Amino acid sequence: MNASSSVLPSRWERFRDSYLLYSFKRDIVAQISLVVFIALVAVAVLAPWLSPMNPYDLAQIDILSSELPPFWIDGSDAQYLLGTDAQGRDMLSTILYGARVSLMIGFGAVALQALIGVCFGLLAGYLGGRIDAFLMRLADIQLSFSTLMVAIIVGALVKAIFGGATFSAYAVPLLILIIGLAEWPQYARTVRASVLAEKNKEYVDAARVMGLRSKRIMFRHVLPNTLSPIFVISTVQIANAIISEAALSFLGLGMPETHPSLGSLIKAGFDYIQSGSWWITLIPGAVLIVLVLSINLLGDWLRDVMNPRLYKG
Amino acid sequence: MNAQATAMTDQHVPTQNEESTESLLQIRGLKKRFSLSGDFLDQLRFKGGKLVRHQEYVHAINGVNLDIQRGEALCVVGESGCGKSTVARIVMGLITPTEGEIRYNGERIDNLSSRALLPYRKRMQMIFQNPYASLNPRMTIQQTLEEPLRLHHPDWNRQTVVTKVEEVMHSVGIDPDWGKRFGHEFSGGQRQRIAIARALAVDPEFIVADEPISALDVSIQAQVLNLLMEAQHERNLTYLFITHDLAVVEHFGTRVAVMYLGTVCEIANTATLFAKPRHPYTQALMSAIPRLEDDRPQHIRLEGEVPTPVNLPSGCVFHGRCPYTNARCKQEIPVLQTQDDGTRVACHAVEEGRL
Repeated sequence: MNASSSVLPSRWERFRDSYLLYSFKRDIVAQISLVVFIALVAVAVLAPWLSPMNPYDLAQIDILSSELPPFWIDGSDAQYLLGTDAQGRDMLSTILYGARVSLMIGFGAVALQALIGVCFGLLAGYLGGRIDAFLMRLADIQLSFSTLMVAIIVGALVKAIFGGATFSAYAVPLLILIIGLAEWPQYARTVRASVLAEKNKEYVDAARVMGLRSKRIMFRHVLPNTLSPIFVISTVQIANAIISEAALSFLGLGMPETHPSLGSLIKAGFDYIQSGSWWITLIPGAVLIVLVLSINLLGDWLRDVMNPRLYKG
Repeated sequence: MNAQATAMTDQHVPTQNEESTESLLQIRGLKKRFSLSGDFLDQLRFKGGKLVRHQEYVHAINGVNLDIQRGEALCVVGESGCGKSTVARIVMGLITPTEGEIRYNGERIDNLSSRALLPYRKRMQMIFQNPYASLNPRMTIQQTLEEPLRLHHPDWNRQTVVTKVEEVMHSVGIDPDWGKRFGHEFSGGQRQRIAIARALAVDPEFIVADEPISALDVSIQAQVLNLLMEAQHERNLTYLFITHDLAVVEHFGTRVAVMYLGTVCEIANTATLFAKPRHPYTQALMSAIPRLEDDRPQHIRLEGEVPTPVNLPSGCVFHGRCPYTNARCKQEIPVLQTQDDGTRVACHAVEEGRL
């Protein structure tokens, strides 16, 4: 649509004058969370260029320099700022790479959840009737299994059938698939609820009278008006997905130790916590907490801003 | 007399004396009921130790016959819940009727698929009651107005579409520069003009207006009403105009249909109806119009409430509140019958000369 090109400058103006930006400027917690979140995403994305060594490259790992403490403790090596893990990998590099894997799985799983959930929610809410009943019962069934249980069963089955090597090779897409499939009902229910509220509004009738097809009405007219709750639950869901992945990795059904995520780092270090090497598990744990906390705080702020009951615009 | 007798026994026979070939839109034997009982499992009840299926319906429309002539403005009036909006929505294909048919230019349209209906969508358009809800809040005015044109004229190039949008914006009195703004930036009257522009964009010949001015400020109502009348003269439009404002009817309508509890009780030319209402309900309705010169108003007071459309009264739906009721009214449903001045009334008392 060429029309949008003439709208663009005013879109920036609208953003500049928007309540979103106004409330952001006045919310110090949201500002800090956003800065922390962006910083973490940036270092994770830029990990191959930022990190001192490549933890995936076996040639760079020296087993003799394993379990070195971080720099502020005696016996540390200046080469390894945050120390090393049991295999002699630099913790800083491993955490950066691990955060990258965690974020990738988090965003990927949420994208999949959103894709399935939004489509099902739109169909159920807009078409109603039997399709609605069928999809919502499907969601009920899905919700009655906890995410972790589904993930454990599927993960264990795949590992048993195809072997650990195949599982390790396809761990990232598999985890995205498992977490994505397990949590779509959250989206479907939220979207359906907003669609039910929107579809009785007269602009939807106007679109039908115009003769538009259901598909276009759903995606072009109804969906854009249900975006605020989708945004809000997305933030919560990304945090949830990252935690789910960490929990699965901790149980040994997530990322392999050769390609660790934050969760599998915590798990790997857990065995050494009794022997005094607490940093292997606590530092990745702290990074995970800060990451999830910043996302959750951002989501809280977003929910407050976009909740029409708190602010009518 | 014979013809009338047959019409009384069977409501679905197209009513006599109407030049049905000339009318643009025909509504025949229209009925619509809405289920109150939910889905199948909700309908099961225990009664006397047995599991029975219990279904309840709201009878929104109970056998409506209407003809809309080319070029006229047919106003439909009646109190809230009498089914006037439901008629409008069925005509536009937003709801499917339970029984009966809708013919446009002689072609049946109520059972068409949405694709087969597309050519009619271009000829019939609708204006909605609430201008605050009828514009998509996430679309600019330009996008809102371009959408119907792009759908119905896929062969038009961008320039043609833009020119057409500008033209239609001019014709409803909005500045084409407003195109890049959103609906919420406008007042109710301006929004309703935009909604009218959207309806006019595809050059329809028939417009259903469902209480288009009742959500507007009184000072704006006249402007929008005049805009609709101008559009009618310039484009030779036919209107089905739903309203409950009798002053608007007098100003705007060519003919008036009065509805009560899902049935049409009287259809007449506007002047005739206002000068000489026949049906007892119409008479009560007309007497309720406040007049400046009235210091001792002669309102006809109707006793009781409108009966529930879930359990319809037998016979004439008005018999419980009508001062002229007799035994026949309680049993037999009256049908519309043409009087000597062309007015059509569904009332036994009028037919028998008791009134």
